[in-house]
Amino acid sequence: MSEDNRKGAEGETDATNAPQMSDWGIPGTYVFDHSRSRVGYALNKLAHSLTDKRNRELFRADEDTYMAKYKLTDSQRDAIHRRDWLRLIKDCGGNIYYVYKIGAAVGDGLYQMGAQMRGESFEDFLKTRNARGAR
Amino acid sequence: MAKIVAGIGSSHVPNVGPAYDAKKFDEPDWKPLFDGYRPVKQWLKEQIKPESVIVIYNDHGSDFALDRVPTFAIGVSDEYEQADEGHGLRPLPLVKGDPELSWFLAKELIYDEFDITICQEMKLDHGLMVPLPLLFSHQPDWDVKVIPLVVNVIQHPLPTARRCFKLGQAIRKAVEAFPKNTRIAIVGTGGMSHQLHGERFGHIDSKFDELWLTLIETEPEKLANMSHIEIMKNAGAEAVELIMWLVMRGAMAPAVKKTHVNYYAPMTTGMGLIAMVDL
Repeated sequence: MSEDNRKGAEGETDATNAPQMSDWGIPGTYVFDHSRSRVGYALNKLAHSLTDKRNRELFRADEDTYMAKYKLTDSQRDAIHRRDWLRLIKDCGGNIYYVYKIGAAVGDGLYQMGAQMRGESFEDFLKTRNARGAR
Repeated sequence: MAKIVAGIGSSHVPNVGPAYDAKKFDEPDWKPLFDGYRPVKQWLKEQIKPESVIVIYNDHGSDFALDRVPTFAIGVSDEYEQADEGHGLRPLPLVKGDPELSWFLAKELIYDEFDITICQEMKLDHGLMVPLPLLFSHQPDWDVKVIPLVVNVIQHPLPTARRCFKLGQAIRKAVEAFPKNTRIAIVGTGGMSHQLHGERFGHIDSKFDELWLTLIETEPEKLANMSHIEIMKNAGAEAVELIMWLVMRGAMAPAVKKTHVNYYAPMTTGMGLIAMVDL
């Protein structure tokens, strides 16, 4: 049984230990495993800090100064600046539950973030839902 | 000897919290959800009367972070605060713990080779705080004591579905060894189908959810044999939370009877609810 569970992650980190994102073979899906958690550690740590109201205020007041406290890569900083939620998840090692806290701090809800990740306007995204009032 | 008196599977969709607080019970797009919970809450209060409830849930980076990720963790406190997930706190009383039962479960589980992390401080996020008021009264105070049990379903490698089922079986043994006649309910939270990231955001598979709701009652072994990738491929990456329902089911008798079931998939998550008792 554990064999099957192990089978999931194709493209494990290679022998040189270079950060390389795994591909679990599900389109449009970036499973949060060791490869993403390593790359995204500082990013997710910053996001987690925003569970504190004072930190949210500091972040909103001056994102650059706040980000400087964490060892983010240029790409991670840029993706936060651009509110590029897809890139934060896909390329920067962000986990959605953590990245969501950055969204919450800057006024983007999960459904707005999701519409953007799907490449749709919020209104078009809502049209795909069964009962859009339940939000 | 304590007893498991009910097993419940329930989604824990975060947006349900504010809708509950704003009493949107009869709004057309919310009604099918809240109507499902009302009879279960009443049944628990009037017929099942649990004194304590073990809630299996996952933290969503609200209290736990990625510096340390316990695969299984149990709270052993007298009371628990809510976690601030980025929007402040909900208008709900502090959650009351059951430290005597919590510590007993921790001891029994560890001696039974489930090396669970013991937490004297734990802030509860929507994984627990969404289903709790849907199932239990809180005015003016909670009518049940809570044992929070956290499962890592965020950072892979996750515990297998089979391991979760076995943990439930160990919980049942531990409960039956508890020297008081406490009536204990167990709730497995999370799911059902949903994916909250990537271009596949919003994926729902209601057929998968309906099948899960059937098999959790009748053939949980089939679900315990599922791999993470099988669940994620069919029902969305975040649907892997459903393995937490197997902890609940493992703590029930092999044969159970469903008393209530509800399913509604309005936005991005199949929201399921099932209540069961031992046959």
